[in-house]
Amino acid sequence: MDYFRNIVIVAAIAGALAGLAMTVAQQLTTVPMIVKAEVYEEQGDATATAHEHGAETAAHDHDHGEGWAPADGAERTFFTFAANMVTGVGFALLLVAVSELFGGIANWRQGVFWGLAGFVVFTLAPGLGLPPELPAMPAAELGARQAWWLGTVLATAIALGLLFYSRSLVAVLAAIALLVAPHVIGAPQPVSYESPIPEGLHHSFVVAVVMTALLFWVLLGGLAGFFRERFIHAA
Amino acid sequence: MGDLDMNTFSTKPEGDGIHTAALTASRVVPIFMAALLGIFIVGGVGFSRIEAVHNAAHDYRHSMSFPCH
Repeated sequence: MDYFRNIVIVAAIAGALAGLAMTVAQQLTTVPMIVKAEVYEEQGDATATAHEHGAETAAHDHDHGEGWAPADGAERTFFTFAANMVTGVGFALLLVAVSELFGGIANWRQGVFWGLAGFVVFTLAPGLGLPPELPAMPAAELGARQAWWLGTVLATAIALGLLFYSRSLVAVLAAIALLVAPHVIGAPQPVSYESPIPEGLHHSFVVAVVMTALLFWVLLGGLAGFFRERFIHAA
Repeated sequence: MGDLDMNTFSTKPEGDGIHTAALTASRVVPIFMAALLGIFIVGGVGFSRIEAVHNAAHDYRHSMSFPCH
């Protein structure tokens, strides 16, 4: 059980720190764009339901679904922060667990490359077919997109494992096939791409998401390598 | 770290010269437990369809480009 405990300790520290950094990066880049997109979304809703151009209410509680939602401002930021910390630890657990199967991350420098692999698996590959979306953007049915996302993540992860840890040509060819297959199948796309969101805003958002995710993964990998040396390797 | 178990990450150079840690059951089981916990956490936040969870993690999901609503 000590081994399990040490994995959790390393993942908790690395995940929490990377999650914290991610929160700062998001508040500076992606979140302001999401809030801006919600204004377009609400304007779209307003003109669609009733032709009221009167009091232009700023984005208050966003209206993607019914039920409780955090209030704008500190509360909303807090929950984004919490989600970043929790999922940071979750991704760290996955990263540390998988790397332990292959002998563990030796140091922070190796960790950076493990982080890059995580970035390719969880951001680059699924993001090619399903680019980051802003609120009010059209998308295909959620279940189909989640299934494609999951399949792409799995196929890409297995492919990278084969590329790095196998020496046979057949394995390398299989890895390349696994990398390409999800994109040959193609991600579920919306019926129409019409959206109230300006093209420029969406493009900036895609760049911001990919760059904040890159920062998160490199930091997560580096920190995991750094703390592994102290908590697992030293044991 | 004096109380850590010395055997959990044992390298076994005496075997056939392999210096990487041996993948014994005592290591594989904790590794899979940790991975399962990670999947549970990431899946719970990123894929949950519970309205309140979705709304709480909304900006996160958009910012990490999880498929969202």
